[in-house]
Amino acid sequence: MVNRILVGAHYGLKDWIIQRATAIIMAVYTIIFLVVVGAVGPDSFDAWRGIFANGFMRFATFLFFVSVFYHAWIGVRDIWMDYVKSDGLRLLLMIATVAVLVGYAGWAVQILWRM
Amino acid sequence: MAEMAITKKRPKNLDLPTIRLPLPGILSIIHRISGAVIFLLLPFLLWLLQGSLASAETFAVVKGVVGHPLAKLVLLGLIWLYMHHFCAGIRYLMLDLHKGIDLESARLSSKVVFAVSIALTLIIGAKVLW
Repeated sequence: MVNRILVGAHYGLKDWIIQRATAIIMAVYTIIFLVVVGAVGPDSFDAWRGIFANGFMRFATFLFFVSVFYHAWIGVRDIWMDYVKSDGLRLLLMIATVAVLVGYAGWAVQILWRM
Repeated sequence: MAEMAITKKRPKNLDLPTIRLPLPGILSIIHRISGAVIFLLLPFLLWLLQGSLASAETFAVVKGVVGHPLAKLVLLGLIWLYMHHFCAGIRYLMLDLHKGIDLESARLSSKVVFAVSIALTLIIGAKVLW
């Protein structure tokens, strides 16, 4: 007999895994970024821009941003679920969170490819 | 079974001022706060990145903003929040893998997180901001 209340099989497992997968991507990127910045020592505009003009770094930075935004969605959603008890307000905050994060993703693409 | 798990009454003590939070608990709440603060500052950080990459003129503007003593202090705080979230996150990944889950190791690793994140913040701050 199937008798589930609120929680079903695998409820939240996908998000749990994505939160950790994106964390690993961000951690690896952070180390790469610190090493590159340490090696280049970007004091000038050209040196700084050169880091992101590099094909690999541009791709890695984009991947990092996508990870940040997805990771932020899961984390911020958890905060709303923990502290906001009104269903209507919680839904509103979740929609607003998704909206700004999707907007940021578009903005990040623009920054990286129109520079 | 599911109904029982949900309706079962459990003793609760959520009187926050009377709870003495142990170090792993402090680490945990800072992990949450740092995530929330970084989320709120995302537009500011994207704006800085945009300015720094758009043109030599906007790069100079960003350099001026970042060079202000007050901004340096804010950025140092932000670097610490990021480094704390980073180090505490790696500790959580280890706990997920059941590494260091006994009380003694968990307390020790939370001390390591504070020490390493503060050290990294000072090193990066010294290199980048000053």
